[in-house]
Amino acid sequence: MSTLQVRVRRGDAFQAYDVPRHESQTVLDVVTHIQRHLDPTLAYRYACRVGMCGSCAMTVNGAPRWTCRTHVDKVARNGRLEIGPLRNLPVIRDLVTDMREFFDKWARAQGRFKGERKRGDDFARVAPESEERRLADAGIECINCGVCYAACDVVARNPDYLGPAALNRAWTLVNDARDAAQTERLRAVAGDAGCQACHTHVSCTERCPKGISPTAGIAGLKRATLGAALRGRL
Amino acid sequence: MKTQVLLWGAQRASAAVLALCVLVHLATLIYAVQGGLSAAEILARTRGNVAWLAFYTLFVLAVTVHAPIGLRAVLGEWLGWRGRSRDAALWIFAIVLCALGLRAVIMVFA
Repeated sequence: MSTLQVRVRRGDAFQAYDVPRHESQTVLDVVTHIQRHLDPTLAYRYACRVGMCGSCAMTVNGAPRWTCRTHVDKVARNGRLEIGPLRNLPVIRDLVTDMREFFDKWARAQGRFKGERKRGDDFARVAPESEERRLADAGIECINCGVCYAACDVVARNPDYLGPAALNRAWTLVNDARDAAQTERLRAVAGDAGCQACHTHVSCTERCPKGISPTAGIAGLKRATLGAALRGRL
Repeated sequence: MKTQVLLWGAQRASAAVLALCVLVHLATLIYAVQGGLSAAEILARTRGNVAWLAFYTLFVLAVTVHAPIGLRAVLGEWLGWRGRSRDAALWIFAIVLCALGLRAVIMVFA
């Protein structure tokens, strides 16, 4: 059995571990092996292990990835792996980041649905083939893993920037015909800390494990906010 | 915040104008120097030509709108310089850019 040479970021330094190589091994398997067999003090975070919960994202060989569905085959270079916490977020310990700011920005971008129908009202009818439904569908599968946020250079340079995930979420709601908070939401996502700050580097789209393009959504928000500003509705 | 959105819109619009202006400018430049045209000969063609005056005035105005807005983001992201002092400095930059550009346009026309 071959061995994988793994360097794990722990605070300011890296710690090296030799991990047995297995077939179909994921990066999360590697981290779990270290924690269970080599060093129980290693802190990391995961939950579902099947790419649904968005808990286990880390920096793997320099790029943010969901570790539960990243195979070692795909990312190891000459049998070496370097694993660290996600970028752009404060580190609590080892591979665990503090996601508060990330989720606070979702709230700041008005990422919650606001309906106006009451219990007695009829169902809203949204045609599956309508443009709005299609645009919302394109961004709706986000699992809040923070990979796009860690990949974004604008977040790194401008800490107030809401970031790709929050803006993508806002975009799905802008395209929700039932939502009653459209003006507030456009106000929340406009300007220097919002969609206008995006430089279209496309790092978020490149790295999103769900194949979402936050860049496209942000471009939509740019157009929507400009339209609202020109019509005096911002 | 509305101003920030409009600034973004202005930069986009001016970029569209600049894309066209730069193309025309470069194509003319390459075409004009092929036969070994001298500065005097070029001036002979531009002086009194209202079309070139209008074109380069538009060019300078587009640059005046475009460059300071881009610089605004650069100063904010690279140097952390935000707020009123940055915008005041950029207004001065825009005015200087516009004045120097229009001066050159007038010199080539008159």
